[in-house]
Amino acid sequence: MKVLKLIYKNLFRHKLRSFLTILGIAVAVFMFGFVSTVVTAWSYGVDAASADRLITRHAVSFIFPLPYSYRDQIAGIPGVSKVSYATWFQGIYKDQSFENFFPRLACDPETIFDVYPEFILPPDQLAAFKKQRNGCVIGQKLVTQHGFKIGDIIPVKGDIYPGDWEFVVVGIYKGRDQTIDETQMFFNWEYLNERNRQAASFATDNVGWYIVQIANPNEAANVSETVDALYSNSAAKTKTETEKAFQQSFVSLSGAIITSLEVVSYVIIGIILMVLANTIIMSARERVREYAVLRTLGFTSWHVVGLIAGESIFTSMIGGVLGILVTFPIANGFGAAFPTMFPVFAVAPMTVAVAFSFSILVGVVAAIFPSIRSANMKIVDGLRQIG
Amino acid sequence: MSLVEVQNVTKVYKRDTMEIPVLQNISLSVPEGEFLALMGPSGSGKTTLLNLISGIDQPTSGSIVVQGTDISKLNEGALAKWRSHHIGFVFQFYNLLPVMTAYENVELPLLLTNLSKKQKKERVEMVLKVVGLEDRMDHYPRQLSGGQQQRVAIARAIVTDPTLIIGDEPTGDLDRKSAEEILILLGRLNSEFKKTIVMVTHDPHAAESAHKIQHLDKGELRAN
Repeated sequence: MKVLKLIYKNLFRHKLRSFLTILGIAVAVFMFGFVSTVVTAWSYGVDAASADRLITRHAVSFIFPLPYSYRDQIAGIPGVSKVSYATWFQGIYKDQSFENFFPRLACDPETIFDVYPEFILPPDQLAAFKKQRNGCVIGQKLVTQHGFKIGDIIPVKGDIYPGDWEFVVVGIYKGRDQTIDETQMFFNWEYLNERNRQAASFATDNVGWYIVQIANPNEAANVSETVDALYSNSAAKTKTETEKAFQQSFVSLSGAIITSLEVVSYVIIGIILMVLANTIIMSARERVREYAVLRTLGFTSWHVVGLIAGESIFTSMIGGVLGILVTFPIANGFGAAFPTMFPVFAVAPMTVAVAFSFSILVGVVAAIFPSIRSANMKIVDGLRQIG
Repeated sequence: MSLVEVQNVTKVYKRDTMEIPVLQNISLSVPEGEFLALMGPSGSGKTTLLNLISGIDQPTSGSIVVQGTDISKLNEGALAKWRSHHIGFVFQFYNLLPVMTAYENVELPLLLTNLSKKQKKERVEMVLKVVGLEDRMDHYPRQLSGGQQQRVAIARAIVTDPTLIIGDEPTGDLDRKSAEEILILLGRLNSEFKKTIVMVTHDPHAAESAHKIQHLDKGELRAN
């Protein structure tokens, strides 16, 4: 408390230097927060995965389909409470530009919103979805991005499933909270299968994967084993895993990029540390004589340590807070600009906590060396220094 | 009665492997209410002796007793506390903190006391009045002349009502007129406020303000 006033005064002694240091820390904390948010957004599916959902896919690869006939067999396995399914449709809306890409999935209208209760769809729209063969349900973000509304027709050119497709918007779902992806389009698998049948496609009566809802999450391993055992001698062997593991397998494909981003974010912290340490060392060196004078007046070495550490921590804290404050609008803007690349792009409370903690830690670490040096310096040596 | 008793003090500085003797077997007695000037050529050890008396340095051997306390036996923390109560410093280059006003600089030593805000204010205003700077209390050091800065430094030195005022070339950086004002002020502190003053100076004229002059030469003391 005795040195607070001095810390405050010293903080603004060299206004430009303090401003540039704080700015540097703010930029670095922002970069850390932003990169961490990218990493979090990349793996949002893993975080959003439900413990009571299993995914059953082809044992060889996700791109190979599974027979539709598995549905009832899986549903009959003890511990399974509901089974739904989906197929990756893809297709091209307008063009292949990034802005016009969004996930398009064929699914079972009867069950899909039961196994994904986090997608909130009004009952009348769900009824319309179940009723209309070429109907589709889209996420709220697609409405914001493309201006779709109920009754609109979304034309899609097929690529995996050739032909021109038209889907009528019959429902708009919202996420239960901001961590839920609102950029997907669901349409009736029967519509896809009917066209496949007409075209005598290899994909007729096949689905991409099954979503298996289980009564007890603790039984996930047993149910998975049972499902896979059931098809161990069939042509289309299965691999069943928790939704989290399934999502993790996608994320791990980009593991090197994510690791690089994480490394970059920690390098940024290292850079802030060096910038701040340099400033604090410089300031402490300039004030050696003043510290000696203070100690002459009766202030102790601990007061001097408090002065140096206080200034360092305050500087890093102000920079940290500014950096965090700036992160929110920029992250929101980025998320809005790339809604389908990062369906959920929000600064997590943990990211804020880590960024703030790092800014304080950097302040503490930067002050260690100059504090020790100043506290150990003899008063008479300090008084001899030319200020 | 002696306020300061320096007994057989020796000070040896170590620079790498070299030992440099600065003071050799010095004994000195400063009575209460004394105004003592220490003179001597550069390197004679007068500032070192001043540092030892004021407790900012420790002797290699010997003892220094100030008002009954052997400060050569105190640890760093106790010494800091002792200084804050008993010593007022006046440096050659004023050593005011540039980011603080005259008022705030004078208030600094009081931050270590338990005085109330009101009591601190009264004390600071009183000593600034004593040094004739009551109308400059909101000025920063850069807005004051050298003489005025030294008067602020004197106010800071006396604000805690210390036992002993230590002056290390207090007029060394001032023009003749300002130096004269500072010497008059120190004389007043000694005569009116009964402050004991030990001052190091090169200036024979400044030394004449003191009651007693002692010369240091090559680490040895001799009376005038």
